[in-house]
Amino acid sequence: MAMPRYAIAYQTILTKEILRFSRIWIQTLIPPAITTALYFLIFGQLIGGRIGQMDGLDYNQFIVPGLILMSVITNSYSNVVSSFFSCKYQRHIEELLISPVPNWVILAGYVSGGVVRGVMVGIIVTLVAKFFADFTIHSYLLTVTVFVLTSILFALCGFINAVYAKTFDDISIIPTFILTPLTYLGGIFYSIKLLPDFWQQLSLFNPVLYMINAFRYGVLGISDIDIATALTIIISFIVALVIFSLYLLDRGIGIKQ
Amino acid sequence: MSALSIKNLHKSYSNGFTALKGIDLEVEEGDFFALLGPNGAGKSTAIGIIASLINKSDGTVSVFGHDLDSDPEAVKSYIGLVPQEFNFNQYEPVEEILVNQAGYQGVPRREAFRRAEIYLKKTGLWDKRRVNARMLSGGMKRRMMIARALVHHPKLLILDEPTAGVDIENRHSMWDFLREINDNGTTIILTTHYLEEAESLCRKIAIINQGEIIENTTMSGLLNRLHCEVFLFDLKEPVSEVPNLGDYAVKLIDECTIEVEVSREQGINPLFTTLSNRGLEVVSMRNKQNRLEQLFVELIQQSGEA
Repeated sequence: MAMPRYAIAYQTILTKEILRFSRIWIQTLIPPAITTALYFLIFGQLIGGRIGQMDGLDYNQFIVPGLILMSVITNSYSNVVSSFFSCKYQRHIEELLISPVPNWVILAGYVSGGVVRGVMVGIIVTLVAKFFADFTIHSYLLTVTVFVLTSILFALCGFINAVYAKTFDDISIIPTFILTPLTYLGGIFYSIKLLPDFWQQLSLFNPVLYMINAFRYGVLGISDIDIATALTIIISFIVALVIFSLYLLDRGIGIKQ
Repeated sequence: MSALSIKNLHKSYSNGFTALKGIDLEVEEGDFFALLGPNGAGKSTAIGIIASLINKSDGTVSVFGHDLDSDPEAVKSYIGLVPQEFNFNQYEPVEEILVNQAGYQGVPRREAFRRAEIYLKKTGLWDKRRVNARMLSGGMKRRMMIARALVHHPKLLILDEPTAGVDIENRHSMWDFLREINDNGTTIILTTHYLEEAESLCRKIAIINQGEIIENTTMSGLLNRLHCEVFLFDLKEPVSEVPNLGDYAVKLIDECTIEVEVSREQGINPLFTTLSNRGLEVVSMRNKQNRLEQLFVELIQQSGEA
């Protein structure tokens, strides 16, 4: 049976996106593996031995979920923001705008591209983590669910950043000044139980905290946060960002005169 | 049937500049239509609106009976666009650019590769199919954009200065290719600064200036309005002074070339008789200025004065 027109358009955008980051695999797939290996070597092996246990686990094991998810967040975001912005910058976004492709298909195609890269990097980083730390997955279903939902959420953030970006500086400001601090302060390297009350409460406003804890529960079976609350927050963010992204596309903000 | 129908199309930009002041335009199916105008006249804005790249401020656009506002996807599926600026991924191979464009239009991948081969061969780019687009010359990039615009078999092809920067030999082969496409039933709208191109290819013409259509007629009807034409004659034997050709105004350009102004009432046949009677043997003759160019300049000046 012939594929519906929208499915062909979606497949085309996704294939284009996968080919794009695969062509430059040395820039896109290898650096997260090296960075993660360094984190494990320095924080896990060298410093982690002196820290001892955290939430009843070796520090080496404790940081595994956070480091995997950090790579997923960074790569899902950067894939979409760089690809869609360069699409605007080189004006080949016009190829899509003049075609009978609905906005939701454009959004789905780019977000899926970000998710595929996030998943590929996540798998690579998990393999690296396996080399440094001994762990077994507590809940595959929850692990995969949080993994994919987080990837979708940050791919959407990257898309919105790209829509508003006018220069290459604009696509690095958000990751540098917002995304990285939120990720590092989201409990990758520590349990928020270690923080004074005020900072614990403040941390609860960081959405990344919920993702990392939900993922940590999936991988290791421990969390500082209620899992149902975490999933509700992640899904709510996704719904809100999808609606906002479609609004931007419908209005042609940042892409049409 | 009307391939394109534009009614009362307005476009004002956020900076207050009004690019289109309520234009009306009809292009019939099968036409080869020239949309001409000076820089900044509103041609590219009009094309941008038709192709969904620019949001209009007011008015209606319909393509083959489908309204742009209520049925944009049908409108988009009918249109192939070759824009003025390069708008493809410079880092993608040529063939991939065509296959992707076909995919956006809903053409299955295997069929997209087949069509890419056809159009890359027709535009002489098949040997370059695996080359990154940035490695192509300017003329090749233009031809690639034409091939890309055709992969989904559009019924309306819009060409915004498609031969800018293309050498003469390739330009003529592109003209032949465009005529073939038009002969096969594709309606073509062409904007160009090469007026001989418009004269050679197009049967109908609209001229736009300062956001308004100032002329909309057939090419032959427009050219018939020329009151006089200026011809250059190359003579076999040199002449030392301006020859007397009766009522014809004559200038001596050099000893073997004369310039003669011929009005519509005078006609050109009596001129040859006069030249012959004066013993002047003509080797060749040509228009001093392209006929359409002459009219175009006059119309733009009149519109500016008005």
